[in-house]
Amino acid sequence: MNKGLIFDIRRFTVHDGPGIRTTVFFKGCPLRCQWCHNPESQVLDTEETIKTIILDNRTFRKKEIAGRWMTPNEVIQEIEKDRPFYDESHGGVTFSGGEPLMQPDFLSDLLDRIKAKGIHTVLDTSGYTSRANFLSVIDKPDLFHYDIKLINNTDHQNYTGVSNRRILENLLLLCENGKNVILRFPVIPGITDTRKNIDGVRELVIKVKDHIHEIDLLPWHGLANSKYKRFNKPNKLGKTRDLKKEDLAWISEEFGECGVKVKLGG
Amino acid sequence: MSKMINMTDRIKKLRDQSLQAINCISPERAILLTEFYQTGIDREVSVTVMRALAFEHILKNKYICINDDELIVGERGPAPKAVPTYPEICLHSMEDLEILDTRPKVSFKVDDITKLAYKEMIIPFWKGKSNRDRIMRAMTPEWIEAYHAGIFTEFQEQRAPGHTVCGGKIYNKGMLDLIEEIREAEDHLDFFNDPKAYDKAEELKAMKITANALIGYAERHAEKLSLIAKNEKKRGRKKEMEELATICRNVPAHAPETFHEALQYYWFVHLGVITEVNPWDSFNPGRLDQHLFPFYQKGLKEGTLTREKAVELLQAFWVKFNNHPSPPKVGVTAQESNTYTDFTLINLGGIKPDGMDAVNELTYLILDVIEEMRILQPGTMVQVSKLNPDAFIHRALKITKTGFGQPSYFNTDTIIKELTHQGKSLADARNGGCSGCVETGAFGTESYILTGYFNLAKVLEITMNNGKDPVTDKQISLFTGDVATFSTYEELLDAYRKQLNYFIDIKIRGNNVIEHLFATYLPVPFLSILIDDCIMRATDYNAGGARYNTNYIQGVGLGSITDSLTAIKYQVFDKHSVSMNDFLKALTTNFKGYEQLRFELIYTTPKWGNDDDYADDNARQVFEMFHSAVDGRPTVRGGTFRINMLPTTSHVYFGSVINALPNGRKAKEPLSEGISPVQGADTTGPTAVLKSAAKIDHIRTGGTLLNMKFNPSFFENDESISKIASLIRGYFRMDGHHIQFNVVSATTLRDAQKHPEKYRDLIVRVAGYSDYFNDLEADLQNEIIKRTEQATI
Repeated sequence: MNKGLIFDIRRFTVHDGPGIRTTVFFKGCPLRCQWCHNPESQVLDTEETIKTIILDNRTFRKKEIAGRWMTPNEVIQEIEKDRPFYDESHGGVTFSGGEPLMQPDFLSDLLDRIKAKGIHTVLDTSGYTSRANFLSVIDKPDLFHYDIKLINNTDHQNYTGVSNRRILENLLLLCENGKNVILRFPVIPGITDTRKNIDGVRELVIKVKDHIHEIDLLPWHGLANSKYKRFNKPNKLGKTRDLKKEDLAWISEEFGECGVKVKLGG
Repeated sequence: MSKMINMTDRIKKLRDQSLQAINCISPERAILLTEFYQTGIDREVSVTVMRALAFEHILKNKYICINDDELIVGERGPAPKAVPTYPEICLHSMEDLEILDTRPKVSFKVDDITKLAYKEMIIPFWKGKSNRDRIMRAMTPEWIEAYHAGIFTEFQEQRAPGHTVCGGKIYNKGMLDLIEEIREAEDHLDFFNDPKAYDKAEELKAMKITANALIGYAERHAEKLSLIAKNEKKRGRKKEMEELATICRNVPAHAPETFHEALQYYWFVHLGVITEVNPWDSFNPGRLDQHLFPFYQKGLKEGTLTREKAVELLQAFWVKFNNHPSPPKVGVTAQESNTYTDFTLINLGGIKPDGMDAVNELTYLILDVIEEMRILQPGTMVQVSKLNPDAFIHRALKITKTGFGQPSYFNTDTIIKELTHQGKSLADARNGGCSGCVETGAFGTESYILTGYFNLAKVLEITMNNGKDPVTDKQISLFTGDVATFSTYEELLDAYRKQLNYFIDIKIRGNNVIEHLFATYLPVPFLSILIDDCIMRATDYNAGGARYNTNYIQGVGLGSITDSLTAIKYQVFDKHSVSMNDFLKALTTNFKGYEQLRFELIYTTPKWGNDDDYADDNARQVFEMFHSAVDGRPTVRGGTFRINMLPTTSHVYFGSVINALPNGRKAKEPLSEGISPVQGADTTGPTAVLKSAAKIDHIRTGGTLLNMKFNPSFFENDESISKIASLIRGYFRMDGHHIQFNVVSATTLRDAQKHPEKYRDLIVRVAGYSDYFNDLEADLQNEIIKRTEQATI
């Protein structure tokens, strides 16, 4: 049976789409964003880490494996546990990552099965995948959370490791097909919040505004610093300051002027 | 903040007065009562008539307290927070008074006059003669041993049974109407065929005496008000006092006609109930928004009441509850008991007797009052039915968000199922609700008595030690076998069942005797007037006069017992990672030298509260065992024994009598409370906790208690509040009984930094993300603490 590599399934996620949701985090991502808040999700393989826990002034070391190969049924079993809460809150399941589209067959299979159960689905994606791959799932999720990071392709390559060409093409594909889309824009100090990039994103937003529901601003925070340490990965943004509400006001205004709903946070 | 109503200067003053009043012991009631008993009248009349005359004597002679600018009058003692004692029920010793006077928390000042009265008059008269003395003399050695080992507590040892709630009757009938009903019942007495006719005649006679005594008590207030009014210089207040005097002459003699009269009537009734004896959970107006709504509507329509006036009267009513702390205990519990709360729990919302949504305009107005008053008493809760609008829950959640623990959330649809399952009529069930902490009852028609907490985890400790209590090294129970020789988990479970049944039998035997003692020596003719069908049956509340009679035993420590059994099953019988012998040694040494085992128990063993059937099935098994040991057994009052699952604060006491437990809990630490997971054991999020909690069958209980911790950020905007509302609705559609939210303070977060193992469940919101607090770096934790300090009031 086909299996997928999942690094976490979290229940009662309230910032990953409408209502109360369960978020399934896929492991493996083609991007290497310097600000990535889930560094443990990047490699498409299991990774061993050691967690140290202090109990009664003693240090215990607990081995943890990040990533687990799961069958669709195993994933669905977890998802179905919170059904009463999805029903009450008009919530559902969100596929996030990593990049779910890095495991297209598994994702596609899961989406079909969950749709059959009448559970609402959100696909949280970078959009970085081939046109064919993208078309194979495009009709399946009820809502897309689609990341837009940097408009200048060189910058995109520098900070995420990949070109944004496919990403922008796939976004247009979504729009052409009349899909439900929410754009997500990570606000990373000095990287994505430059005048140049905001202007670029504005231009894009103006182009697609009739096809998207809103744009969510996701401010940088230092939450992932401890994860970088634990997974022993280089953390280029470790010293970056956290953003305040005021830092986002002007961006919010700029995007709002384009005639699109802007929301702070997911 | 929601729309705020303004507190008038008068209310500010009354509220301040209540908050600043010093809790003290008043000897007034004890002196009057002793004086009365010294006349020797108890040898001239029947017990029930004697109790009625004692009630009358107190109300005729006690000091009438009218506080400046009051709108609702009447104090149980001579002043706000002056608390009477009940020596006929339990007698304070001089040492008890000393402890109460000097203990740092929840103290009661005791002045020299009180000490003198106790020394010279009260103690000499009552020593060895209180009902508590009677109870202790009547208990078997097995009961005494189990009681001292902390297997169970006994509710009626120091306070009288009560545990009941006022229905709608008093809003339609004055005391004179009720006296008429008593007369009719007298006419129906059949001295030729009913061998109990004389007892019944005496009970009815006593009821009449108490009804008249309450009218007389109100009249004394009227007289005093008129007198003060004469000398009052402020014309507004003078007129107000004259009006108050008129109200005190109208009610409780007659049915109330205005909003103000309805509140004053209830208050006199409340004082009557808590003066007659010291019943548990004081007394309770129950479905206040339902009872008062007709008066509210009528007043607005006739132009005799405004919304603002209604608010002011309700606030004045609130202050009255806060003026009445719970009567302090004696003996060991005088040192331990740590609350002034007397457990009045006002119910809002729910459904009407005809099955329709009961939320009305007044419901929202009362919610405003709760938010504005922010005082300890009365406690408040909202009944949430699937028929109630979301706006109602959202409004209540905005109060919960402010972090003072009120209101709590109850599932009306489940309450009705619980009550009808117990055999109540649908209409009586729909008129019901919850009182005390979470106890389900049919308001106005049921006597539902909590008889004591039962320590489910201690029974495992006794089982693990073959009937011996390792804390005292005494054999206090059956020999059910050396657990080290057990080859299966089922053998252990079987031994546990035997021990559980043994102690439940002891507890029930004790209850049957105690109940009989109260019926015989401490009838409550005044309370009996209020609860149907005591008048019709001409039978006292304490003797089975109520339409429905239920006795509860409250299971405590479901999380601790479940995780302990799960730990043994998982580590000893399934994984074979430790032998039972080693496990026993680890418990004896309080895990000294077994730190690795303790780590595995806490961090790698399945636990209750994570929606994991491996652990949750064990909870269900314990629940079924406890249920079948108790449920359906007959009581002295012709009722039925049932279970509920709530601890109040007994999980702390019960923990203090247990050595280390197999779930990794160290000796003396508190047990889990209610049906909540062990502190910090739920690491799968709130929905998983609710799924686990819903796996036990709430409908076969009389209430369960579930506590959840949240960071205030979860309540930050309408969208997040609506998600919390969905969380409640989701739990309730699975028949969950109750949930309350503990919005965590910065202090809690600081404690979590120090003791991460106790807060593994604590989720906080971080910039658009939520995460377990423990998983955050220290600097981020600090930032969240800072933020929390700003968010909470």
